[in-house]
Amino acid sequence: MEIMRNFPCISIILCMCSAIVSSALPGKWARRLNVTIVLAVITLSGGTLVYSLAKGYETVYKMGRFPAPWGNEIRFGVLEAIMALFFSGILLLSVLGGSKKLKEDIDNFKENLYFVLLDLLLSSLLALIYTNDLFTAYVFVEICTIAACGLIMASERGRAIEAATRYMIYAQIGSGLLLFGLCILYDITGHLLMSNIKTQVIILASSGQYHIPLVISIVFIGTGLAIKSALFPFHAWLPDSYGYSPVPSAAILSSLVSKGYIFLLLKIFYRVFGLNIIQESHLFNILLIFGLAGMIFGSVSAILEQDIRRMIAFSSVAQIGYIYMGFGMGIRSGMVAAVFHIISHAASKSLLFISSAGLTDASGKNKTFKDLTGAAYRNKIAGAAFTTGALSMVGVPLFSGFISKLLFAKAAFETNAMTMVATLVCLAISTILNAVYFLKTVARIYTPATTEYETIRFKDNIPFGVACILFIILNLILGLASDPLVEFINRGLMMFS
Amino acid sequence: MFGNLITNFGEAVAVLLFVIGFKDLLLQKNLIKKIVGLNFMDSGIYLFLAEKGYIAGRVAPIVTDGVTEVTKYINPVPSGLVLTGIVVSVSSTALMLALTIRLYERYHTLNMDEISTIIKKGEIE
Repeated sequence: MEIMRNFPCISIILCMCSAIVSSALPGKWARRLNVTIVLAVITLSGGTLVYSLAKGYETVYKMGRFPAPWGNEIRFGVLEAIMALFFSGILLLSVLGGSKKLKEDIDNFKENLYFVLLDLLLSSLLALIYTNDLFTAYVFVEICTIAACGLIMASERGRAIEAATRYMIYAQIGSGLLLFGLCILYDITGHLLMSNIKTQVIILASSGQYHIPLVISIVFIGTGLAIKSALFPFHAWLPDSYGYSPVPSAAILSSLVSKGYIFLLLKIFYRVFGLNIIQESHLFNILLIFGLAGMIFGSVSAILEQDIRRMIAFSSVAQIGYIYMGFGMGIRSGMVAAVFHIISHAASKSLLFISSAGLTDASGKNKTFKDLTGAAYRNKIAGAAFTTGALSMVGVPLFSGFISKLLFAKAAFETNAMTMVATLVCLAISTILNAVYFLKTVARIYTPATTEYETIRFKDNIPFGVACILFIILNLILGLASDPLVEFINRGLMMFS
Repeated sequence: MFGNLITNFGEAVAVLLFVIGFKDLLLQKNLIKKIVGLNFMDSGIYLFLAEKGYIAGRVAPIVTDGVTEVTKYINPVPSGLVLTGIVVSVSSTALMLALTIRLYERYHTLNMDEISTIIKKGEIE
């Protein structure tokens, strides 16, 4: 049992080592190694979850056994284990679903490099989830950004390079702000470990010393991570990056990379500052306003979009708005809803991206709605998968999106009157707008049409079909049996504070 | 107020550098100028750390003459952070430069606005 406390550290190191080994392997073997490693990480994360649930409080793991203020630490509880489990699971399914597309998109001799980037991405995401040291978090944020940039431009075709450049510019602005915020925080507290900083921050807040630097560092860290996770109005890089990158990259970027930064922000709220101090700095109000604006704006842009991939990308802007809205409420139930939405959005958005690739394949690789008419008949499994994802995003009961909207609405009733009204109104408007563009697309792909595009059967692309079915099952499980997960998230957040 | 400015002269310069770099990265149209801005911004942060990490009259914590008093030495962590930060910014600069070369080969311009126009017109896919 005690050996399980090493699992988080082992999973990070495994991913890093496999990235190094993959760079010398041929593409086929790099893919096999990647799948093996991700499966191993899933098992290890499951073990971590069992361990944390049995233990009931957070585990602090000293790296190199140096004691607290000097050494580097990993700190994990239930929530971290759940995140690691879901992230690695969704990464595996996305790669499985997009494996055939990937072979078409990427030069044969570069295939192993793609898997190097994937391994690096997973290791940095795991490190972001588990680390208890702010500067380590910054370094892994950068590794994550660079790996994500590589994943966007992997095909080197069309507008991918321009999209990657745009992504990199925004990401660098975000990292600059984040790093400056961390440096100010380090200067006024003298620590880099989250728990030590929190002790100092509480002393500073009660004595009123260094009030302005403290607020500035909160704002810089918040803004930096918000830019990197594409909160409205910093989303300019997002539609291109998700719209023109290879399909598995788009699925992974939308469901994992931006969520990794959001999870780091959540950890910083709880472990570094504490909710009270953030509340006093009014950061929550700002996040709430931009979150609500993003929910409306993202949906409106998605309605106006003619390209299916870009439409799904704009829908991500709206969904990230939901998550920040949950943060912005500044209460525990809002955070629970936001964390649940991180997971449910990851499950449905990657499904949408993967299935949209199946639909475009059945329409002569065209991504406009005109060509997609009747695509669900030509590729049945992709049609079913897209419909599931769309219904989940709209928030139809049975699917995961419904539960997260329910949790958001429940949380809204616990806030003050103005927040409650604003949240509920925006939630209602955004749901209607979501329904408009997603159901429009579903209706479009189920409209019979006579075209010369050929039909794709299940046996033509078995990995794709399997991934779609697993994703559909995941969405249904999240929708039908969400209670244990919500309970775990609650318990995890309790361990946080 | 201005007394603080004189004692914290280095930090003020660092923040100024950060702001200049931030503005360049955000607003310049030329990609190379953007990358220069990125490096300005990062250098500003490193200068800030270095300024905060140095205390006049103290030396790096390398014990050679048997002096072990804490008050004789500075904290070595900020310098370590600067080094790590430099490594990170070198790699992201390299990546951005590589992307710039690719963009120039494809669109024959370094201006982001012009590239957007070319893409919108559909001249080069």
